[in-house]
Amino acid sequence: MAALGPENGPAPTSETLAAGTTQPQAAAVAGSGVIATMNTGLVDAGFWRRFVRRRPMAALILQRLGLSVGLLFAVSLMIFGGVEALPGDFATTYLGQSATPQAVENIRKDLGLDRPVTERYFSWLGHALQGDFGTSWASRNSVSEQIGKRLGNSLFLAFFAALISVPLAICLGMLAVQFRNRLPDKIINVVSLAAISLPEFFVGYILIVFFAVKWGVATFPATVYDSMGFMERLSAIALPVATLVLVVLAHMMRMTRAAILNVMSSAYVETAELKGLGAFRIIARHAAPNAVAPVINVVALNLAYLVVGVVVVEVVFVYPGMGQYMVDAVTVRDMPVVQACGLIFAAFYIFLNMAADILAIMANPRLRHPR
Amino acid sequence: MNLRAIPLSAWVGFVGIAVALICALFAPFIAPFGESQVVGDIWLPGGGDYLLGTDNLGRDLLSRLIYGARTTIFVALAATVISFSLGMLLSFTAAVTGGFIDQLFSRFNDLMMAIPTLIFALVVLAVLPQHLWILILVMAVLDSTRVFRIGRAVALDVAVMEFVEAARLRGEGTGWIIFREILPNTLSPLLAEFGLRFAFSILFLSTLSFLGLGIQPPAADWGGMVKDNKDGIIFGINAALIPGGAIAALAICVNLVVDWLMKRTSSLKGGRGDA
Repeated sequence: MAALGPENGPAPTSETLAAGTTQPQAAAVAGSGVIATMNTGLVDAGFWRRFVRRRPMAALILQRLGLSVGLLFAVSLMIFGGVEALPGDFATTYLGQSATPQAVENIRKDLGLDRPVTERYFSWLGHALQGDFGTSWASRNSVSEQIGKRLGNSLFLAFFAALISVPLAICLGMLAVQFRNRLPDKIINVVSLAAISLPEFFVGYILIVFFAVKWGVATFPATVYDSMGFMERLSAIALPVATLVLVVLAHMMRMTRAAILNVMSSAYVETAELKGLGAFRIIARHAAPNAVAPVINVVALNLAYLVVGVVVVEVVFVYPGMGQYMVDAVTVRDMPVVQACGLIFAAFYIFLNMAADILAIMANPRLRHPR
Repeated sequence: MNLRAIPLSAWVGFVGIAVALICALFAPFIAPFGESQVVGDIWLPGGGDYLLGTDNLGRDLLSRLIYGARTTIFVALAATVISFSLGMLLSFTAAVTGGFIDQLFSRFNDLMMAIPTLIFALVVLAVLPQHLWILILVMAVLDSTRVFRIGRAVALDVAVMEFVEAARLRGEGTGWIIFREILPNTLSPLLAEFGLRFAFSILFLSTLSFLGLGIQPPAADWGGMVKDNKDGIIFGINAALIPGGAIAALAICVNLVVDWLMKRTSSLKGGRGDA
């Protein structure tokens, strides 16, 4: 279920969304059988069953955590194993035309590629768990050191993008519901449909052309360095953050609108309307408590989408973050860097999806109290 | 079908897609210059002989845009068709067979989807040699995970219908049930999904090309053209924005049509018509 990635395709419809938002609960119930059997292998069966009965929520959350750890392990296996299994060799690419068998052999030995795959995987994973991702093939620098510097920059960018986009998306989504099928809703619908279709780099360059080149109010490229003050940093990342916000906002807003509409078209809201309650009271007392879970889910899924958006935006703005680092490494086939970045990005993605699942479980009162 | 019932937005979408398709099909006849023919100075402004100006190497931007439509649409379409064939075949097999096969496919699909698409593509493309068909296959396989999920959900609904039961009792094989019973009954909801996936493929391909990992030069494609001309932006040369705008326009057009298709199918199902 942690795989409930945002359909990063454009225009999530209310239909697919409804399926997506109700799924965590449904799957949590359905999946609990599978995972319970899995866990019984590890823990004493009777104890686990009693625990599930007494603390169903804690049990579900524990399952989610376990599932995510397992998934992360599988992903690490896939990133490492896939790289091994696929054809293509750094040594031959690196040497190009001058690849004599002897030279290739030397490089392979130098990089430790002559050891068996399983041995390399476990030593890689062991070191990765301790925060050591080895040395880059291309620059011979420590990968962890570079990542340590750049991860902070990327998180800084993503944090501010989230800080602006989340409240804005929820407000706009509620506005669209309030005026549904009237002019504001239609405008929001068309604009967000267009925004979903814009590639990230296009949005970025449009902003650069207007704000940095024509009006000169923002800086490009968005360089940050260690000795920069906080405010300076903020002004440097203004454009990248704006780009990320625009990209994520449309998705988040459309999904929020669909999630709230899904609640608003339910029978009890219709009943409340027929009872003659005011619009505000209906939204505040009847709709909102039921819309919290899907909206939280939407937000978390879109934050996971930020992970991908960051890569492109960093390249556009020449921002020294993880995404830039990974793309550079991919072009020169610097595998330790690619694997490390891939694993970290995937970990964030899985973690945010797990958070979405857990929050949805916690917001569901049916799961909070054992029957 | 009543032509008047099609809203204006969908018409705009259809016209946009048609223009792009015509450009793609008849590129050599429409384009005033060759695909990689250097015609003048670099970054000439638009107007005169060169309608949109020239690019970073002095090639005619309009001609490259028209040839680029060809590459971009062909690769995106090929990837979408393969991803649909793959995703639908696997998802229908999973839904019809059930049991172990279903579990195996679904869990593996979950695993694939646990890694963000772009990150996955970056890792895989870092290893694989750069060929066009490899790019198409990588895009198709990554996209098929999304098709699989939707295909399985749709097929599960159909697989419990009486006529499928009847076919099973008649003794038809899995192949017959998939292609003759389930496929025709799931085609219309999946059509809108096809449009969505196609729009996504265009954006994804452009992103990869922009990052320098998609279509390799000198072949023209829209994402790569943005990459080629991006350095001009700081000097106030907007050559990079034109291919970027073309990508956006095509994706918007596809989305407009899809939006209309979805509304049409959802209004058939009744409900209050809010969503």
